[in-house]
Amino acid sequence: MAEAPLQVVERDFGELAMHMGPQHPSTHGVLRLTLRLRGETVVAADPGIGFLHRGVEKLSESLGWEQLAPVYERDDYVAPTFNSLGFCVAAERLGGIQVPRRGAWLRTLTAELTRIASHLVWLGTWGLDLGGALGGGTTLYMYCFREREKILDWLEAHTGTRFHTNVNLIGGARYDLTPELARSARVLMNGIEAAIPELWGMSGDSSILRDRTRGIGVISPELAQAVGVTGPVLRGSGIAFDVRQAAPYDAYPELQFDVPVRREGDAFARFQVRMEEILQSVRLVRQILDGLPRGPIFTRRPLKNPKASKLPAGEAYAAVESARGELGFYLVSDGSWRPYRLKIHAPSFANLQVIPHVAPGLLVADLVALLGSLDPVLGDVDR
Amino acid sequence: MGSLDLEALAQGMGGKVHPLGIDVPREALLPALTALREAGCRYYLLCTVTEVASGFEVVHGVRDVEANRTVFVKTGTGKDDPRVPSAVPVFAGANWFEREMLDLFGVVFEGHPDPRRLMMPDDYPGYPLRKDFPMATPWGYRPATDAEAP
Repeated sequence: MAEAPLQVVERDFGELAMHMGPQHPSTHGVLRLTLRLRGETVVAADPGIGFLHRGVEKLSESLGWEQLAPVYERDDYVAPTFNSLGFCVAAERLGGIQVPRRGAWLRTLTAELTRIASHLVWLGTWGLDLGGALGGGTTLYMYCFREREKILDWLEAHTGTRFHTNVNLIGGARYDLTPELARSARVLMNGIEAAIPELWGMSGDSSILRDRTRGIGVISPELAQAVGVTGPVLRGSGIAFDVRQAAPYDAYPELQFDVPVRREGDAFARFQVRMEEILQSVRLVRQILDGLPRGPIFTRRPLKNPKASKLPAGEAYAAVESARGELGFYLVSDGSWRPYRLKIHAPSFANLQVIPHVAPGLLVADLVALLGSLDPVLGDVDR
Repeated sequence: MGSLDLEALAQGMGGKVHPLGIDVPREALLPALTALREAGCRYYLLCTVTEVASGFEVVHGVRDVEANRTVFVKTGTGKDDPRVPSAVPVFAGANWFEREMLDLFGVVFEGHPDPRRLMMPDDYPGYPLRKDFPMATPWGYRPATDAEAP
């Protein structure tokens, strides 16, 4: 008896609900994505956050103005300097406090170095996310972390800590720069600049990476504005908005730099924007080292009692351009020694919010590419 | 942006100008946000809530990116049963910001498409950012185990 011919039966298996994370390695921390899948295509994605919620905004209402800056460095733990810098800039705006020129330039120096370090972490981990496409992924990761390690070593020599440098004070900077450190920073920048073509060769020149990221997760300029994405994600969608240019703070009014913009709005565009930003940061660091003004770094009277330092009553909003975008602080003061209410506009929070809008229609593997291209840090999302 | 006259807008809505933007009555919140969007403020920045003596102040930040101008629109609501209209129909970005404020302040955003808590567990008692909520959780809260979950 002849065997019956093999029949291919088209069956609709319906929708499958699946949790991706919070332990999934490509979710950059503790993000939970509740996916509705049809086959391998995403029908709907619902990000669940809050696993790292530490109540920083509540904590802010119980500590004095002068005590708070180090607390925020724990928010975005990949680029810590920006958090305390944003708070200091907002508090200075509220209190009308002047920053001595050298102090402002030194804060900008740490911020730009941190931006390079943060972008290197992003590139390395994105390479891991894209995995096998990039020679196992870990090659790029190791090369990125090698360069980042040099920056952290320099920060340790400058401030004593590799990471939570705590260099920002309301009204200035905490650590001065020695000539030896300025020299080693130049060597550091030469190394970073030389490494970028190498990193680009491993990532941007790879046709596999291009195929996996071009046209993935396209965010139109209209959607980008309505949802309020920020930073490289906004600039990857063709909107040239950078807080360093739009509302300059510290040394930026005196420095020259370009704001890289791409019109495509896909994951590859965001990748290009960040790669160019690293080079712009190198340019900024060199300008700072060349033109660092002399003078004091901090002119306010040092305080022994945090309750003695009060800011006037009122409201203020100030933002800095963190590695992830606009990091804003909305301060409400009742004139006492501590904030009455403090709201942090976290860039990762705003960027992550775009996922339900762009995820439908993507494959699960492309969702990972999209998520990595948004560069969320969950400590920043949850605060 | 030259064509955006905050003074006229606030007066037309029955509100007033404050240093960071405008202050409008609760009913005029959505018309004010819509008017700002039509005038070029298409970028949604943030939503925040401040507890004041009379209740809660809800603030929406919107921005005109081309003109580099940020406007904060404030509205007020009472302490018992705080309610404001949701801005999600005007700005999609208000979604998570309003959920966070619902979660942490207990302010209800009427017409929100997805009014779930965002940060805290679903069964968490109280609203942590209110001033009467102590720093240490007073109720001995612990999340429900799998066996207890409904």
